[in-house]
Amino acid sequence: MLDASAVSAPPRKKRRINWRKVKINWQLYLLLAPALAYFAIFKYYPMYGLQIAFKYFRAVDGIWGSRWIGFEHFERFFNSYYFWDLIKNTLFINLYALALFPISIIVALSLNELRDGKFKKIAQTITYAPHFISTVVLVGMIIAFLDPATGIINSLLGRIGIGPISFMTRPDLFKSVYVWSNEWQNLGWGAIIYLAALAGVDPQLHESAKVDGASRLQRIWHVNIPSIFPTIVIMLILRAGSMMSVGFEKILLMQNPLNLSSSQVISTYVYDSGLLHGQYDYSTAIGLFNSVINLVMLVICNRLARRTGASLW
Amino acid sequence: MLTKLLNSDRAFDVCNKIFVWLLIIIVAYPLVYILSASISDPYYVNSGEMILLPKGITFEGFQRVFQSSEIWIGYRNTIFYTVLGTLINLAVTLPCAYALASDQLAGKKVIMALLVFTMFFDGGLIPTYLLVRDLGLINTIWSQVLPSAASMWNIIVTMTFFKMNIPKGLEEAAEIDGASHLRIFFQIVLPLSKPIIAVMALFYGVAHWNQYFGALIYLQDRALFPLQLFLREILVRQQITAELMRQSGMVEAIREHARIADIIKYAVMIVSSLPVLMIYPFLQRYFVKGVLIGSLKE
Repeated sequence: MLDASAVSAPPRKKRRINWRKVKINWQLYLLLAPALAYFAIFKYYPMYGLQIAFKYFRAVDGIWGSRWIGFEHFERFFNSYYFWDLIKNTLFINLYALALFPISIIVALSLNELRDGKFKKIAQTITYAPHFISTVVLVGMIIAFLDPATGIINSLLGRIGIGPISFMTRPDLFKSVYVWSNEWQNLGWGAIIYLAALAGVDPQLHESAKVDGASRLQRIWHVNIPSIFPTIVIMLILRAGSMMSVGFEKILLMQNPLNLSSSQVISTYVYDSGLLHGQYDYSTAIGLFNSVINLVMLVICNRLARRTGASLW
Repeated sequence: MLTKLLNSDRAFDVCNKIFVWLLIIIVAYPLVYILSASISDPYYVNSGEMILLPKGITFEGFQRVFQSSEIWIGYRNTIFYTVLGTLINLAVTLPCAYALASDQLAGKKVIMALLVFTMFFDGGLIPTYLLVRDLGLINTIWSQVLPSAASMWNIIVTMTFFKMNIPKGLEEAAEIDGASHLRIFFQIVLPLSKPIIAVMALFYGVAHWNQYFGALIYLQDRALFPLQLFLREILVRQQITAELMRQSGMVEAIREHARIADIIKYAVMIVSSLPVLMIYPFLQRYFVKGVLIGSLKE
């Protein structure tokens, strides 16, 4: 420790690596090694593999040796008849989910107002529970509950004279089923972060608002919401960064030939054309297109968010 | 004025409680329903007569599920992948987080930047698949644990915990005494970090237990399938394997096929979800703690 600070480089050369410090602390790099190896192999090497998006990939030629063809795959994708359908489905599902973003905030605000600590705890335990159900079981539940002949939802709807509705085969209902079942699974879990932010609200703010004669609702509106606003912004940015990719594993399970026109999104199409049909190079190009959009959205949203004072970096 | 406020506050409390009760009902109902349906006669379930409580109680579903050797294979594999995978996750995450939390690490900014970048951009599905294939991991247990050996999010959570909970002076004192980083890590930091080890084991463990996609693309051998893949066949593709059928001793008709499908459907949901749902309430504070540490900005 003393050593390291004594030899610390002058401010000008700050960017240079202090090899002495590295040498003294070599064991730190040893501890870091497994993680670095993992990220190098499983995260960075696939980025090297991304070049097949610009190549005519043949396994015998390898990633490096395959013939360069520029943007041909991208052009093929942009000109394909399904391009706009994929974009539309991907965007719609995500904007729909984004529209329900406030639900978790409302749940948090509401749980936060409960005076009965025990009831609050029970409510939390129950609402968090669905988060732990696997995607496969969740989709299995959706399919079972919504079955037009045997599902409980349709039999309840039947009692009030509606239906039966074949939810899973109707393209126009697919997005609602997807988004609302997501909400069911995560409305409680998503509230945790806001609950924590609410726990940090300065009680004096509430006291002075009370003195000013503010009602509970007014205090929520004028004290609680502004206090958790930075958290809300950060969650929104993170959401925007994964805008085009979330939910892939669940959508894949919910797809069937009849709802495909509404349920095929970019990421599921990459799986379909790449792994099921072996078009590795073409699918990599589509995946890359998707990742780049994600990255750009994240950066743009973060820029916008900086103006409100909350940002990721 | 004051009484008016108090009255409005009381009204607010009542409305709020009703709202929370509604939430609880909406969230809990499907869970109670599958539990009841799993021990009910499928006739009552399918006709919509069973709405909340079990009707025509039968344990045939569970019997069939437990008699199925594939479910047991799936269970065994899932437990194996979860234990092995979580151990690997911890072995990668904890040392890495400790090193990143240390002030002595030269080049920390660059390393952090490189690691964080992978949270927002990666090679994507196909290049990753080709890598796993070229490494010869297809159809091996390693395909289930190595590609997900660490999550940067969890590393950051652990790092934040170390920064907050390991007193700075401790590390310095140990170094003056001549303790190396390895000794500090294993003999001082780890014993002080049981809560974060529990949080990480839970986060990673649940993820392994519930995951199906890695198995779907990397495994072909049914003997290696985790439980979730068998569930996918039963619940999503609604294929009842010949093996589950044969036990009835009479592969006679589609009708019998449908009846068996109905009877095992809910039992299988319960059997696969129960372990996690049972332990979660007792460990809830650890899960919540994990989310909260993750939300702290350095």
